[in-house]
Amino acid sequence: MLSLRRKTVNVVMLSLTGVCTFLAVGTLLFVLGYLFFHGGTSLTWDFFTKLPTPVGESGGGMANALLGSAKLLLLASCIGIPIGFLGGVYLAEFGGSSFSFVVRYTTDLLNGVPSIVIGIFAYTLIVLPQGHFSTLSGGLALGVMMIPIAIRSSEDFLKAVPVSLREGAMALGASKAKTIFTVVIPAAKAGLITGIMLNVARVAGETAPLIFTAFGNRYWSPGWDQPTAALPVMIYTYAISPYPDWKQQAWSAGFVLLMLVLAINVFARMILSKRGHVAR
Amino acid sequence: MSVTAPTALPARPSGRASAFWHRLRSGDDIAYVITLTCALTILALAVLLVFELFRNSALPREKFGWSFLSGTTWDPVVGQYGALPFIYGTVVTSALALLMGIPLGVGAAIFLAELAPTKISNGLTFLIELLAAVPSVIFGLLGIFVLVPALVAIEPAIRAVLGWTPLFSGPFYGVSLFSAGVVLTVMIIPFIISISREVILAVPTEQREGALALGATKWETTWNVVLPFAKKGIMGSIFLALARSLGETMAVTMVIGNEPKIHESLFAPGYSIAAVIANNFAEASDSLEKGALIELGLVLFGLTIIINGLARVLVLSTTRKGAS
Amino acid sequence: MTRRVFIVNAALVATLTVGAASAQQVLINAGGATFPYPIYSKWFDEYHKKFSNIAINYASIGSGGGIAQVTAGTVDFGASDGPMTDAAIKEFQDKRGSAILHFPTVLGADVPTYNIPGVTASLNFTGEALAGIFLGKITKWNDPEIANANPGVKLPSNNIVVVHRSDNSGTTYIWTDYLSKASKDWEMKVGRGTGVNWPVGLGGKGNEGVSGSIQQTANSVGYVELAYAIQNKMTYGKVKNAAGEFVQASLASVTAAAAGMKEMPEDFRVSITNPPGKGVYPIASFTWLLIPSKISDPAKKKAIKDFLGWMLADGQKMTEALLYAPLPKAVVTKELKAIDKIQ
Repeated sequence: MLSLRRKTVNVVMLSLTGVCTFLAVGTLLFVLGYLFFHGGTSLTWDFFTKLPTPVGESGGGMANALLGSAKLLLLASCIGIPIGFLGGVYLAEFGGSSFSFVVRYTTDLLNGVPSIVIGIFAYTLIVLPQGHFSTLSGGLALGVMMIPIAIRSSEDFLKAVPVSLREGAMALGASKAKTIFTVVIPAAKAGLITGIMLNVARVAGETAPLIFTAFGNRYWSPGWDQPTAALPVMIYTYAISPYPDWKQQAWSAGFVLLMLVLAINVFARMILSKRGHVAR
Repeated sequence: MSVTAPTALPARPSGRASAFWHRLRSGDDIAYVITLTCALTILALAVLLVFELFRNSALPREKFGWSFLSGTTWDPVVGQYGALPFIYGTVVTSALALLMGIPLGVGAAIFLAELAPTKISNGLTFLIELLAAVPSVIFGLLGIFVLVPALVAIEPAIRAVLGWTPLFSGPFYGVSLFSAGVVLTVMIIPFIISISREVILAVPTEQREGALALGATKWETTWNVVLPFAKKGIMGSIFLALARSLGETMAVTMVIGNEPKIHESLFAPGYSIAAVIANNFAEASDSLEKGALIELGLVLFGLTIIINGLARVLVLSTTRKGAS
Repeated sequence: MTRRVFIVNAALVATLTVGAASAQQVLINAGGATFPYPIYSKWFDEYHKKFSNIAINYASIGSGGGIAQVTAGTVDFGASDGPMTDAAIKEFQDKRGSAILHFPTVLGADVPTYNIPGVTASLNFTGEALAGIFLGKITKWNDPEIANANPGVKLPSNNIVVVHRSDNSGTTYIWTDYLSKASKDWEMKVGRGTGVNWPVGLGGKGNEGVSGSIQQTANSVGYVELAYAIQNKMTYGKVKNAAGEFVQASLASVTAAAAGMKEMPEDFRVSITNPPGKGVYPIASFTWLLIPSKISDPAKKKAIKDFLGWMLADGQKMTEALLYAPLPKAVVTKELKAIDKIQ
C-alpha cells in the first residue's frame, strides 16, 4: 500500500499545479476585466473622432493615433508580408538543405531581436539620412519585424500541404511554379491568412520601435513623410503623465488596442484549430 | 496559278537558347529567383542590422573599449558611460522573472498536460496563449496603476518573511527591480506553459504506464519520469522566455524606477538596457551619448542572439511538431 | 477581419484625401522642453484655430531632446529652458551651417513639490536643505535643516524619496543651476546641466513623469515646473531667496525675478536664478525657443516668424491663466527686432 506521505505529496503537488494554472488563467481574465472596467466603460465616441486637446483641457481623443497606427500597419504589411511570404515559399518549395538552414537560423535570430534594437536600426537607416521622423521609418521598422514571422509561418503552412497534392499536379504536367501558385498555396490558404493576421496583431502592439521613428504627432499626419501618432505610443505617453484626463484616455486606448489584438488572435486561432493545428 | 514551293513546317525550337526561353515561359525560374531574393533579404537585413549597430557605436567603442561593459557611471555631463548598471538591471529582472516563472509555468504545464481533461486543457491553453498576445505597453499600464500599489501594500508581508536577506532590505518605493521582475514573470509565463505542455504531451505514454505499473503515484511519475524526459524541451522554453524578457522594453521602463545604479536590494529601483535606450535615445545630447546607447543595443542584441540560439536547439528537437 | 478591411480602406481614403489637403497645409515639427509644455500646447492650439492651415506639432521630449533634434535637423525648431552652451551652439553651426537663435517665450519657475502623508502645509526650504536632500545627505523629513525652517509643522521621521528627471531637461538645468549657486558642495560634486549624475533618487520622464511619480510615491520630493504642480494640485514649498525671505512661487515673485535683471544680453541667454532683491522667487527662469537663423522652406519660415510675432503679442496675454509670467516689456521689444534675424 502507498504510504501516507507519498499519498499526501501526490495530492499536494498536483493541487499546486492546479493553482499555478488558475493563477495563469486568472491573470488573463484580470487583465481583460480591469481594462474593460477602466477603459471600456468610459469609451466615448469622441475618442475615435477627435484630436488630442492641449494639456490640461479635457475632452479630445485619439483619432489621429488610430489612423496613424492603421497607416503604419498598412505600410508594414506591404513590406513584411510579401517578402516574408515569398521567402517562406522558397524555403518550403525550393530550398536546398544547407542554404535553407542558414536562412531559417537567421530568421529565428531576427525574430529574437528586441524591438527597440529594430527601432535603432530604422532610426540610423532612415530617420538620420532623411533628417526627420516619419511614418515611413515607423512602417519600415514594423515591416522588418514582420518579415521573420511571416517567413516561418508561411513555410510551416505550405509544408503542411500533403505531398500527394503536389505530385498530382505535376503528374498532370504542371510546372513547379504553376503547382505552387495554383495548387499548394490555395490549399494552405486558411493557414496563410491566419498567419498574416497573427503577424499584424503582434506588431500592432509594438511601442518601442515607434518612439524614435514615427515620433508622435498631435495633429493629423498627411502622407508618409511626417511624424505620426500611434496608439501604443499614445498609451505610453499618457499613462506616465500626471493628468487624470490623459490617464483615463490611456486606459481607453489600452482597451481598444487589447480588444483589437485579442479579437484577431481569437479569430485566427479558431480558424486554425478547425484544421486541427494550432500555430505558435 | 502560282506554284509556291511547299513550305516546311516550322521546325521545333532546338538548341540551348530556345530551351532556356521555353523554361522561362513556364515560370519556374522566375518563381525561383523571386522567392530566392526574398529569402536572401532576410540575410541582408541581419547583416545590415549588425553593421549599422557596429558602425554607429564606433565612438564609444573607441573611447571606452571593453571597459564600457564594466563601467558603472552614466554621466552625460562629463561624457562618461558605462553599461554595468543596465546589464545588472536587465539580468536581475530577467533572473527574477525566471525564478518565479519557471515553477508557475512548469506547474501549470503539468496540470494542463497530465491532469486536465483534453477539452479543458485545450481551452485553458488557448486562454493562456492569449496572454502572450497582450502588448507590452498594456502590461506597463497595469504595472504602474495596479501592480505597484499592490506591491506597496503587501511589502510589509514580504519584508516580514524575507527581510533578513540583503535582497529585500532598504526602502521600497513601489517602482523597483522586484516590480519589474513580477511584470516580466507574467509576460513570460505563457511561453513556458505553452511549450512545456507540448513537450510533456510528447512524452510517450509507455514511459508513464511503466512507472505507474511499478506502483508510482501520479506525481512521482511526473516528477521522476515524465519531466526528465521532457527536460530538454522545457529548458528550451525557459531560454525562449529568457530571451523575451531580456528585450522587454515598455512594461519594464514603466515600473523599474529608472535609476542607473547598482543596489543590492531588489526593492531598490534600477534600470535595464532596453529601458534606458527607450527613455534617452530621442534626446541623447551628443554623438557620444547616442553611440553609447547604440552600443548598449549591440550588447543586448548579442545577449539575445546567444540565448535564442540555445533555445531553438533545445525546443525544436522535442516538441510534438517535431524537428524542422 | 471586416474591421481590419474597413480600417485599411479608411486609411487609404484618408491618406489620399489628407495627403491632397497637405498641399496648403504647413506642418511644422518642433520638440523640446516639458517645462513650458502646458502653455506651448495652448498656444499652438490657439494659433491653429486662428490659422487652420498651420499646424505646429510640438513633442515634449525634454530640453535635451529639443537641442539634439534641432541640431540633427529632424525638427524645425526646438525649445529649451537651459540655454545652449557655447559648445552646443558651435555644434549646431557645424552641423546645420547656420546660427541658432534663442527666443525667450515665458518665465516659469521650478518648485519643490512633495507628497508627505499628513502634511498639507507649504514647507519652507533653504537652499542648503534642498541641496542636502538631493545630495542624499539629508535623508529624513524631520531633519533639523528642514524642521528648523518649519516650526509648527509636524514632520514625520520617514525617509525622503528623491525624484528627479531621467531625461535631459532644462527644468533640471534651472534646478541644478540654483543648487550650484546655493551650495558649494553641490557645485563641486554634481554641478549644473540638463542631465547630471544624480547622487540619489528615482528617475521620471519629463515633468509629467516626475509629477506622476511624486503623486504615486509617499514621502517623495522632486522638482517640477510651477504649472504642473498647480494643475495637478500638488503641494509645493517656499524657497529662501538671496534676501533671506521664504517666497512662494507665483506670478508676482517670478516676474520680480526677471525685473532684477540688469541687461538682457543680445543673444537672450541669461540665468536669473537666486537674484538679489525682495519678494523674488529664486528658482525662476526664462524658457527659449531655439530657432535656426536660416530656414529654407519659405512657407515654414513665414509661419514661424508670424507665430513669433503673435506669441509676443496675443500669446503673452494667455500666460497668466496657466501661471507662467509674461515677458517683461523691454524683452518683448528686443525680441520683435530679433525676429528679422531669421532669414
